[in-house]
Amino acid sequence: MTVPTKDDSQSGTVADTVPLPTYRSLAAPVRKPVDKFALLPAFLKVRGLVKEHIDSFNYFVNKGIKKIVEANNRIEARNDPSIYLRYLGVHVGMPSVHVEYNIENITPHFCRLTDRTYSAPIKVHIEYTVGKQHEVRRKNNFIIGYMPIMLRSHACILYEKDEAELAKYGECPLDPGGYFVVKGTEKVILIQEQLAKNRIIVDTDSKGRVIASVTSSTHAIKSKTVIFMDKGKIYLQLNQFNKPIPIIVVMKAMGMESDQETVQMVGRDPRYGDLLFPSIQECASERIYTRQRALQYMDEKVTYPGATNQKEGRSYSILRDVFIAHVPVKNGNLRPKCIYTALMLRRMMDAIVNSDTFDDKDYVGNKRFELSGQLISLLFEDLFKTMNSQAVERMNKNSDKTHSSPLDFSQLIMQDSITFGLERAISTGNWDIKRFRMHRKGVSQVLSRLSYMASLGYMTRITPQFEKTRKTSGPRALQPSQWGMLCPCDTPEGEACGLTKNLALLSHVTTDQEEGPLIYLCYSLGVEDLLSLSSEEIHTPGSFLVMFNGLILGKHKDPQRLVIDLRNLRRSNVIGEFVSIFINEKQHCVHIASDGGRVCRPLIIADMGISRIDETHMEKLRHGTCGFDDFLRDGLIEYLDVNEENNALIALYEHMDQDDVERSSITHIEIEPLSILGVVSGLIPYPHHNQSPRNTYQCAMGKQAMGNIAYNQLFRADSLLYLLVYAQRPLLTTKTIELVGYDKLGAGQNATVAVMGYSGYDIEDAIVMNKSSLDRGFGRCIALKKYTVLKDNYGDGVSDMIVEPQRDNGVLIKQNMRALDEDGIAGPGQIIRNHDIYVNKRTPKNTSKGIGRALRESDYKDSPALYKGVDGETTVVDRVMLCSDTNDKLSIKCIIRHTRRPEVGDKFSSRHGQKGVCGTIVQQEDFPFSERGICPDLIMNPHGFPSRMTIGKMIELLGGKAGVSCGRFHYGSAFGEPSGNADKVADISSTLIKHGFSYNGKDFLYSGILGQPLEAYIFMGPIYYQKLKHMVLDKMHARASGPRVLLTRQPTEGRSRDGGLRLGEMERDCLIAYGASMLIFERLLLSSDPYQVQVCRKCGLLGYYNHKLKTSYCSMCKNGENMAKMRLPYACKLLFQELHAMNVVPRLKLTEV
Amino acid sequence: MPKKGTKSKKEKVDDVPNEQENKLPDYLELQRTRVVCNADAPIHTQGFQYSGAFAAMGIDNSVSVDKFCKNFKIEINRLTEDYMEFDMIGIDASIANAFRRILISEVPTMAIEKVFMADNNSVIADEVLSHRLGLIPLDADPRLFEYISENDVPNERNTIVYKLHVSCPKNSQRITVKSSELEWLPEGSQLSMSAPAQSGDKQKTFTSFSQSQKEILEKPLGVKYKDITIARLGPGQAIELEAHAVKGTGNVHAKWSPVATAWYRMLPEVVILKEVEGPQAEELVNKCRVNVFDIEDLANGGKRAVVARPRACTLCRECVMGPNEKQVELRRVRDHFIFTIESTGSMPPEVLFTEAVKILEEKCARVISELS
Ligand code: SF4
Repeated sequence: MTVPTKDDSQSGTVADTVPLPTYRSLAAPVRKPVDKFALLPAFLKVRGLVKEHIDSFNYFVNKGIKKIVEANNRIEARNDPSIYLRYLGVHVGMPSVHVEYNIENITPHFCRLTDRTYSAPIKVHIEYTVGKQHEVRRKNNFIIGYMPIMLRSHACILYEKDEAELAKYGECPLDPGGYFVVKGTEKVILIQEQLAKNRIIVDTDSKGRVIASVTSSTHAIKSKTVIFMDKGKIYLQLNQFNKPIPIIVVMKAMGMESDQETVQMVGRDPRYGDLLFPSIQECASERIYTRQRALQYMDEKVTYPGATNQKEGRSYSILRDVFIAHVPVKNGNLRPKCIYTALMLRRMMDAIVNSDTFDDKDYVGNKRFELSGQLISLLFEDLFKTMNSQAVERMNKNSDKTHSSPLDFSQLIMQDSITFGLERAISTGNWDIKRFRMHRKGVSQVLSRLSYMASLGYMTRITPQFEKTRKTSGPRALQPSQWGMLCPCDTPEGEACGLTKNLALLSHVTTDQEEGPLIYLCYSLGVEDLLSLSSEEIHTPGSFLVMFNGLILGKHKDPQRLVIDLRNLRRSNVIGEFVSIFINEKQHCVHIASDGGRVCRPLIIADMGISRIDETHMEKLRHGTCGFDDFLRDGLIEYLDVNEENNALIALYEHMDQDDVERSSITHIEIEPLSILGVVSGLIPYPHHNQSPRNTYQCAMGKQAMGNIAYNQLFRADSLLYLLVYAQRPLLTTKTIELVGYDKLGAGQNATVAVMGYSGYDIEDAIVMNKSSLDRGFGRCIALKKYTVLKDNYGDGVSDMIVEPQRDNGVLIKQNMRALDEDGIAGPGQIIRNHDIYVNKRTPKNTSKGIGRALRESDYKDSPALYKGVDGETTVVDRVMLCSDTNDKLSIKCIIRHTRRPEVGDKFSSRHGQKGVCGTIVQQEDFPFSERGICPDLIMNPHGFPSRMTIGKMIELLGGKAGVSCGRFHYGSAFGEPSGNADKVADISSTLIKHGFSYNGKDFLYSGILGQPLEAYIFMGPIYYQKLKHMVLDKMHARASGPRVLLTRQPTEGRSRDGGLRLGEMERDCLIAYGASMLIFERLLLSSDPYQVQVCRKCGLLGYYNHKLKTSYCSMCKNGENMAKMRLPYACKLLFQELHAMNVVPRLKLTEV
Repeated sequence: MPKKGTKSKKEKVDDVPNEQENKLPDYLELQRTRVVCNADAPIHTQGFQYSGAFAAMGIDNSVSVDKFCKNFKIEINRLTEDYMEFDMIGIDASIANAFRRILISEVPTMAIEKVFMADNNSVIADEVLSHRLGLIPLDADPRLFEYISENDVPNERNTIVYKLHVSCPKNSQRITVKSSELEWLPEGSQLSMSAPAQSGDKQKTFTSFSQSQKEILEKPLGVKYKDITIARLGPGQAIELEAHAVKGTGNVHAKWSPVATAWYRMLPEVVILKEVEGPQAEELVNKCRVNVFDIEDLANGGKRAVVARPRACTLCRECVMGPNEKQVELRRVRDHFIFTIESTGSMPPEVLFTEAVKILEEKCARVISELS
């Protein structure tokens, strides 16, 4: 705690009067160190918050779908190939529906409200034969199915629409898009995390053996190749072989009969030779010298030998098609595979010699993120093929049966299979693709609309590939390579902790890029094709192998030159901006990657430590004369992926001295340090002052906070919606908040908080609230619930009826019909109470079929929809919507609104993972007040601070207080102090002093009860508080006697069934330990399921009571003597009877007590 | 070291003959009459309540009516239509606090309690709209009205009826509904009670006024502030409602509180412990942003800091902060309250205060009558 000296306070005044440059204040003068913050909004303007989803989907719609159709563009009848259908082209139209032979364009909001799928027709141009003469016909825009469309993608009507147009479509301009609307629900296809395909990973397995594995993935096949070393010898493991195959045998089978050449291919280092020797020896001891022999040996080990109809033998085809399947085999030349295998061996032995070169599976560079476009393309390909093969099937059947003129294919193509297949997969989240044996669950999830942050959080979420139960810590740990790519804070607690991640603000996930031109370019830059080189020449010292997307392209004698050339080409926009060029000195490799699913992020290029961006550039950006893409095109900024970052030295700030780094070696400069955090954690002020788990907790809680959800929130029909009546913008904002629009759709209120003990109702994080604040609207929220009633059609003109409320002499026959309008549906604005009818429906008694006559009044029975609410609460019918669903049934949606004020037990939280329930509500006059007459809205106990160490919250309070007194929003962006994106505490303190507050934010308060001053200065100021969705009203539950389960006669379970409160095992244990036997008896028997039975003392079985004769009777002993009456739990009696049914006889032995 | 104010008081104390020889030592007198606000925490906040606290020294600490009558003083510093600041001197914190508490929660006012919604298709929900209406300060003197209880029929003596009927025509700009649109209905409700549940045999309204309120009241009723936003209406939206205001107190709901807030602070007293001269004086003067200190030129050309405006002290504690030796002591006078009342407009602040006094008086009378 330092008192700011005169100088300090002066600098403080400067900071106060000159507003910090924000992306809004365009005219702000650029200060000496270039203020590069404007790049962030520029980036987000170009790419949006969910750019990766939309990019990926666009790629699929624009390119991917064409490739798939092209690859399967001809189908023909099996017995007559001249009957055919050819796809000439494919495109996706505008989202529309077919309504009675009309095509109507649809909007996403229309789909949300009417439970439809927002989908567009897939149109193809086809050429097909008709009739016996095989007349060739053409048809354009033939619809083969409907494709669900991602919102805001190219195919969506919202694409590049401005705010006014979006408003016309009923869409919120802040909604990022990137999701689908399927059957009225919004579905997100989550980003799937996977291990990189087609890359060699050297690792140790569970037995501690060194393994090199490659997961190959091509369009046709997916396979996994593992080479491992066991007891000094190296083997190949492949699913197709039931035993590991010695690697030298494999090499021989691929035509490398000379051991010397094998060794040469691996490398001439004598250590490699030593390590290879046992394997060579083993091969020799098996007497395998020739290719023939090796193939024979392998043939014996094939798992499913099957029919060897091929002349070449099983194992040869396995080697050709399955073994490292992504390495292409041209004209039966297996040499590329040999070289690749040798490389795998080399990498493995490198790792044995030098354990530094092991790969890390958790390293982000070894991960690929599968996005919606890729997933849908997999599904579409499968469905498209199925559709075609079904058409062929039908054609064959048709031509087999009838010998009339063969039908044309265009009539045999059923559009339903694609439409339903896509719709089903997205709405259930089950991705089943037989071809790849892929069965994934939970790929898509319902977009949570609990708060704006929750829906944004869904869009950036990455689900792991592993099952969550594994107790491993490795994949859960924070990886250094996550820096700037994945958010370090935003991960759930509990089982998925660390596995489910979120993208950082600036990260981007790539899509596939055309490989051909790049390969050609590499060759022209001096890459030598390996096929033209001898084995010896592959590893000449000084030359590096060039790998392209996991394939060996060749070698280069001057790798540095190649890398520099390629990077310059990328910076001058000759090759795509997302191509990564990474030189690995350890592996003597240059890796070039253009595949999809890599994460990358933009960085400012620096030459010898001097940023390429200067003030003139930023000036242009601020004036809007150039954008982010221009910067990219001019080579000022580039995207680096995780691998290429290893070749870069990235400074945080250009103008700052880095202690142990030569300035000239700096190659890149970060755009903004706050971009290492994600969207959800970006709304925490001063997160870098908090204990790290607190930020993680806040990330989970920010998604449960009530607030405004979207601009169209009152016109949506979500099944449950919580809204805050008076949501505010946080006084202490961050730059991320402004970037993502949280300042427009806030989820909380700025509460004046006093940190002090009060009344004892504030222990364990409970908060004390000011009743007057609540009266004035603090924490008031609206819960909107949707109730849907379907007016069913049973066919034959039999359907449900909605009837007007029945009256007797003008008086309603039932009181609970008071909310109904004359049309039999609750009227908007009507107050509706518990057990009131909201739709007065009647169903026919016999729904199975029509009875041949018009139904009469008496054929119907009442089946009204009863509103189940809380007694004593008044709820209001907000809206009633009538629409016909996809099956042309009338669906009536009543949205019922409940406005609630906070009550004791409601959950609140600040933005620092400090949750607490409302402990008590106190009259304003009892609250302490300051010398300025300010009374806090809530009181928080100071014990919340020491163990949580949320210093950020304290600074938020200070900053908020300074903010309200000087009238400027203060900032608290992560790591923002050096760049001016966060206000420094010293500056805040001087502002406070200027406005007559103590520099430390503590005020002199008077007790509202005694009227005397409090014996301490109280830390008081505004903190942004969130009201969380957990409310007492939804949870409170108690019952006396009530409903029971039919089978066991025990009380039901759960609040929704008005269930009993369970006296569980632990509670039981307590009672046993205490010896409260009568209490246990009462709780476990009398209050649960007591039952009186007649027991035969002789045989020990249960008898019965004969009510006619008024005696007990044992049906086993056939008499009524020796009967005893006793009480048992009904469940016990049930157990006995169930045992009887299993032919087990339980006997009760009774004694007198 | 004690300042002028206390000195004069001590003279008065000295006048009392039987306490003449027994004067409290300075440090105890300080504890008794001042709250000392140190840099870290205020001390002596409680004072001495017990009448016999100094009995051993032969000093009587009891409160006597005579003493109170002699010392009690009220000085009004500022008075506007809805704001009053006055000094209340010579009273215990508990009594001053009682006035504050009564002002906030027990002085009755009129506020809208029931809203009959005939039409509302604006974006703002009925309940929220009603809540907003309730919080609008009404320009109605509550003393002219009676409380209404559960089973009472609303009549001209206990209910004020307002009407709000605004609509935004189609094809026009959005409009803002301000509180000025609330129209007083002196004849009572105009809405007919035709609840669908009951058989509406006769056209009844929701109030039964026997005479127009215009005849009872001198001036027409309205709202205090005309520019409070109630709602915004888009084209084609309309609000039609009737609002019934009744009398109530702030402890039921804050809308009935007659004050925006009422509070007091104890009179600040800033004491320079040791002469502060030269550059140090300059520094001290600069430290205080509210200009509590002034520089006084000394005869020898030097400068000295003096306390000029102690009332302005906001207790930022800048002047007592820092490693230097304590130059200044900040104190609060325990029996001198600077009382502020911000009225919401139904009654002027000075009336509010007298009302509060009356309520306290009533309460005391009730206690006495209960006791006797
Ligand atoms: S406490 Fe602050 S306001 Fe009061 S005299 Fe000292 S510096 Fe001035």
